[in-house]
Amino acid sequence: MIDIHNLSYQIAGQPVLRDVSLQLAKGGVVAMIGPNGAGKSTLLSLIARLLPLQSGSIVVDDLQIGEATDIELARTLAILRQDLTVASRLTVRDLVGFGRYPYHRGRPGAEDRELIEAALKLFDLADLGDRQLDTLSGGQRQRAFVAMAYAQDTDYLLLDEPLNNLDIAASRALMEVLRDLTRQRGRTVVIVLHDINYAAAYADRIIALKAGEVVADGAPSTIVSDSLLQDVFQTRAKVKTVDGRPIVLV
Amino acid sequence: MSKWLCLIALAALASVSLFVGVIDLLRVDPAEIWPLIRDSRFPRTVATLLTGASLAIAGQIMQLIARNRFVEPMTSGTGQSAALGVLLTAVLFPTAPIGLKMGLASITALGGSVLFFSLIRRLPPTQPLLVPLVGLIYGGIVGAGVTYVAFQADMLQFIEIWMNGEFSGTLRGRYELLWLAGIAAALTYLVADQFSIIGLGEAVSINLGLSYRQVVMLGLLMISVVTALTVVTVGIIPFVGLVVPNMVSLMAGDNLRRTLPITAMAGAGLVLIADLVGRLVIYPFEMPVGTVIGVVGAIAFLWLLYKGGRRAG
Repeated sequence: MIDIHNLSYQIAGQPVLRDVSLQLAKGGVVAMIGPNGAGKSTLLSLIARLLPLQSGSIVVDDLQIGEATDIELARTLAILRQDLTVASRLTVRDLVGFGRYPYHRGRPGAEDRELIEAALKLFDLADLGDRQLDTLSGGQRQRAFVAMAYAQDTDYLLLDEPLNNLDIAASRALMEVLRDLTRQRGRTVVIVLHDINYAAAYADRIIALKAGEVVADGAPSTIVSDSLLQDVFQTRAKVKTVDGRPIVLV
Repeated sequence: MSKWLCLIALAALASVSLFVGVIDLLRVDPAEIWPLIRDSRFPRTVATLLTGASLAIAGQIMQLIARNRFVEPMTSGTGQSAALGVLLTAVLFPTAPIGLKMGLASITALGGSVLFFSLIRRLPPTQPLLVPLVGLIYGGIVGAGVTYVAFQADMLQFIEIWMNGEFSGTLRGRYELLWLAGIAAALTYLVADQFSIIGLGEAVSINLGLSYRQVVMLGLLMISVVTALTVVTVGIIPFVGLVVPNMVSLMAGDNLRRTLPITAMAGAGLVLIADLVGRLVIYPFEMPVGTVIGVVGAIAFLWLLYKGGRRAG
């Protein structure tokens, strides 16, 4: 479980998160939605210790963020951020291989290599393994980074807008792989999404943030509504129910 | 396979180097051959190989830490800071043993590198070419400081030795410190993955459980020690750390576990060839190796700026 307690965060005096408390149970897909600047990425970065805590606390399983060792956390949670620019010339296989670093610490073994190949296969990268990252399309590069996070083999996977650059087929394929991970292996996926329809279709729970506060939290069918869109995004869009799940008419 | 070819070519060049000099080995009294090789030719050949290999690796590591392909210690202030350290030791403690000189030079080199990295942190990431420009200016300012101190202390002719690298003074008993530089550079191979990951940025490094700051400091320490030892023994040799890692990266990528041996061999080869050229081009006189590499390196640098500018970030 990820236990977030009274978390606040400021950047240059401006509050980005205000007293957020959340419990994310183990297993399942949790989608975070909210307008730009709502604090979603900051929340993810704080959970993944990429930013130092200012006030409040975060505990992942029994690991206290800020106190647990780097390597323990690296085996427990993986984060994929939005910014995926890479100056290094690496092959896809090299990059995915670095996902195994927390286990092999620079000396990869047979098991690591097997897992790398499995990750390449799962994310449809088997033919691209030896290609340099800078020769790939945006979507292929995105998948390579997701595969790296997958190879890290952690119970918790935090993904910040992973559907950027992906076409509809790749987006659906990725969401299905993520959902399978939660169903078959009990993994927990926390994912920032902009498209509420993807959130409604694949998430078990949606958390809506606005101006650094949690304003809605629950199963997609219970919270996605005209009034949510009006309150959180200040936009008038209709929500219809098709096959039992909410669809935003854009 | 190609690695072995490189190694064989390097060995061949090194043997050629043993025969190049004012005294023709084939016409000299046989009794003098061994002392000549032992005291001059062999030390000089080994010195070029060690210098080239360690400078190329130092450049590679510096580029990964800076996440910028256009920096290297000798043109970004580390070399000049090392020279400042040697000079200050010579002024303040003229009788200091070489170990102390080297230690102080390493410390000033480390300080110079840390200052350089704190300078470039403030630069906008959208302007990657600002980083080498700031490095050149910063190195120039430190270099000017060295000249000023030397002028005040009436030691201008001494700093020539440190500011302009050359191997003509390399003799048995005066180059052995370079082995330490070689060892420092070789040790990076043990943590090759860590440095590759550092090149992917702070967020990826933390995510993978690396202590980012610790690895960066380790890298800077290695760069500083290699630079200081090189400056103390042979002087500043620019561009090796810039040209070699870029060429290797273009051909073989940036996974250090795979490329560090190639980088080391290519660096060793470049400095050895440049020294051979310097010894032959105005034979029986010599041209400093720094000058030869400066000419070759400047052309290569321009080519890289032209070709690689778009992907520099």
